[in-house]
Amino acid sequence: MSDMAVPHGMAGEFEPSLFGAYSKKIGMWLFLLSDTLTFGALLFAYSYGRISNPDWPTPFHKESIINATIMTGCLLSSSLTMVLGVLAARRGDRSWTRNWILFTMFFGVAFIVLHGMEWTKLIAEGMTPSKNPWSSTVQQFGGTFFTLTGMHMMHVTIGVIYLGVVALRKKFLPILLICWLAAWLGTPADSVFHVGAHVILIGAIVAAMIMFLKPKDYDAHDVEIAGLYWHFVDLVWMFIFPLVYLMSTRITG
Amino acid sequence: MVAQDAHAHAGPQGFIRKYVFSLDHKVIGLQYYFLALAAVFVGMFLSLLMRIHMIWPTAILPLVGEIRPETYLQLLTMHGTIMVFFVLTTAPQSGFGNYFLPIQIGAPDMAFPVLNMLSFWTTFVAFVVMLAAFFAVGGAPLHGWTGYAPLSALTNSGPGEQLGADLWITSIAIFCIASLMGALNFITTVLDLRAKGMTMMRMPLTCWAWLITAILGLLAFGVLLSAGILLLLDRNLGTSFYVPLVVVNGQVMGHKGGSPLLWQHLFWFFGHPEVYIAILPGMGVASQLLSTFARKPIFGYKAMVYAIMAIGILGFVVWGHHMFMSGMSPYSAFAFSIMTMAIGVPSAIKTFNWLGTLYKAKIRFQTPMLYAIGFVSLFVSGGLSGPFLAQPVLDIPLHDTAFVVGHFHLIMGVAAIFGMFAGTYYWFPKMFGRMMNESLGRIHFVFTLIGTYCIFMPMHYLGMAGQPRRYSQFTEVAYLQHLMPLNRFITYAAFVTIAAQVIFVINLFWSMFKGPKASDNPWESTTLEWTTATPPPHDNFAGHTPVVYHGPYEYSVPGAAKDYVMQTDPAGVTAH
Repeated sequence: MSDMAVPHGMAGEFEPSLFGAYSKKIGMWLFLLSDTLTFGALLFAYSYGRISNPDWPTPFHKESIINATIMTGCLLSSSLTMVLGVLAARRGDRSWTRNWILFTMFFGVAFIVLHGMEWTKLIAEGMTPSKNPWSSTVQQFGGTFFTLTGMHMMHVTIGVIYLGVVALRKKFLPILLICWLAAWLGTPADSVFHVGAHVILIGAIVAAMIMFLKPKDYDAHDVEIAGLYWHFVDLVWMFIFPLVYLMSTRITG
Repeated sequence: MVAQDAHAHAGPQGFIRKYVFSLDHKVIGLQYYFLALAAVFVGMFLSLLMRIHMIWPTAILPLVGEIRPETYLQLLTMHGTIMVFFVLTTAPQSGFGNYFLPIQIGAPDMAFPVLNMLSFWTTFVAFVVMLAAFFAVGGAPLHGWTGYAPLSALTNSGPGEQLGADLWITSIAIFCIASLMGALNFITTVLDLRAKGMTMMRMPLTCWAWLITAILGLLAFGVLLSAGILLLLDRNLGTSFYVPLVVVNGQVMGHKGGSPLLWQHLFWFFGHPEVYIAILPGMGVASQLLSTFARKPIFGYKAMVYAIMAIGILGFVVWGHHMFMSGMSPYSAFAFSIMTMAIGVPSAIKTFNWLGTLYKAKIRFQTPMLYAIGFVSLFVSGGLSGPFLAQPVLDIPLHDTAFVVGHFHLIMGVAAIFGMFAGTYYWFPKMFGRMMNESLGRIHFVFTLIGTYCIFMPMHYLGMAGQPRRYSQFTEVAYLQHLMPLNRFITYAAFVTIAAQVIFVINLFWSMFKGPKASDNPWESTTLEWTTATPPPHDNFAGHTPVVYHGPYEYSVPGAAKDYVMQTDPAGVTAH
């Protein structure tokens, strides 16, 4: 990344940046640092409950693991397409930048949909934040699962919206509103996603505010910063997948 | 988007954009300052009610009525929360830091001005939500500022634990987000926007303190945010992160399998760095002022920088010393104890260097300097009881007594507030273009210094004699009867000290409009804020960026024309 010039408005009037990066990139790294601690605390809470409850339920069977593996594959592929998008942006290829970002978003949406189906299945089996059908003593199972994966799913959703804004700018707003209506009206009224769909609406409002108050063309730097965020979200999943799924599966010889 | 571009033109003229939703770091700094000023009076009023209740438990007060024991706990909770979050975290870091960090490093503004505005208004919302807890059904929560579970995690554990506690934790979560935005902005500004010649090792110690504080905030508040979200889930969705099987009023609650210790770990992982978030900016201000008014370079600049870093790093590995009473393994208690006492080393380095700065100096005893010296005094007095409490064997008898109250009020509360007073008297001319009244300042200092010592020193004795903290109505307890005269003395001292703060408020607001006009550099300081106009123009240096040639504390340099060399003085002498 060192080949990016430091775009100081009045170059030469300031000391070179300590890490040779421009402000927005440093800002994103710092945000990710604090978000690491936020997720770290949630993972700590999960591990704490996990260790102190020896009879932790292990309900994830073959189908769940296969599903989660496909989800992991989606995120890994999306990281690859994101890197390709950043490279395309760096060599100034606008159409491929947009295409690679759209691929990334596709994988992100696939992840959210697969995860949503997983949630729906678990909820149908009787799992809630406060109880689960597999163990009456270990109540945290549902709480930790929904908190960790829910927080992560929210980050993925924000990431998809963020990428959409960078790739399509104002053209993304109507798509976002259609997605919101589809997610809201397409889910049964008692589903958690019926309410959760409004995250998309909030995202659309925030995105509209940003784009109308400060209209600008997103350049290679913006793509790179969005990529940093996206890779971080993928990385978090690489902790959640083994800790939450693989460690809660029943291994039968 | 580069910050400098946004500030190349003149500032906004409309009232709303200029004073309310301003992007100017100086206006935002003042907004933070006045928010903290409002908060400190709320917090102080609550502490006054607590002191009154401790010696006249049945008194019927005008407007407030009778303070019942549970009301006392609510006062205690809100006093602690408001003071820690909205005063000690807000004023020294966000207030003074916002105003002076960009100017001191020669930047036209913070790196992200819009984010800066958002972080202030988010803090404001958090404050409003916190105050709303007073008016919720059942009143404010009573679980203390530390919000220990399961008391805080159950909705029927006491008055104020319904809506009031939800508002309390929501406010803290909002405050976390605001602090994270602020911290991110501070660090980026320091890394990216230092003027030519302003190397890291030429930054004033105030900037170093704000930088390290911002790093602490960035790492600590994210954890509290998660802890708060989990607490909200426990309270509202019936999860069991913090709650084991409990029975309240004969009724078995639905929770099972959680651990109250989890909350304590998460909370104190934030809570201990928070102590340094409160005190480090005060250390920076004290260093700056001692050097300026002693007319000597700061003794051991590099040692000061490394000591701040060491305190910051050690601050993250000592949270367990708040939990010696919580049933901790003796081995981990031992480790936490050693680490905690290790903090005494960088703290002693700083104190030694402050005294070294004062040694054989021609000191100008003006009000800011008095407060800086007062800061050192309180830091030493409060700090010396730290190594006592750091040892599990001594902490166990002392932990739940007034000893701890005396300790942390001296070092974290009053010392940090002295840092704020020092900063106010020192930077007031730059902020408002007028001088504060010197006589009123000195009277205020004498009353405040002696008053706070009279309040908090006896608490150490009370604690050793066995007076517990967090309890009310000691008048009914036989074995504490002989301590009542001392308790009465503390309350009277609190009356006087609080009354003395009126002098400060009068001085502040009178001087703002009627004080004598200040020159650009009334204290003959060397740092960049004193090179620009008073008050500074919208982009701080009227269109140009200063060039820095010297370290921050070039006082009494042999061979120089005056007894100080401005950082921007290209002539000067070629000192280090």
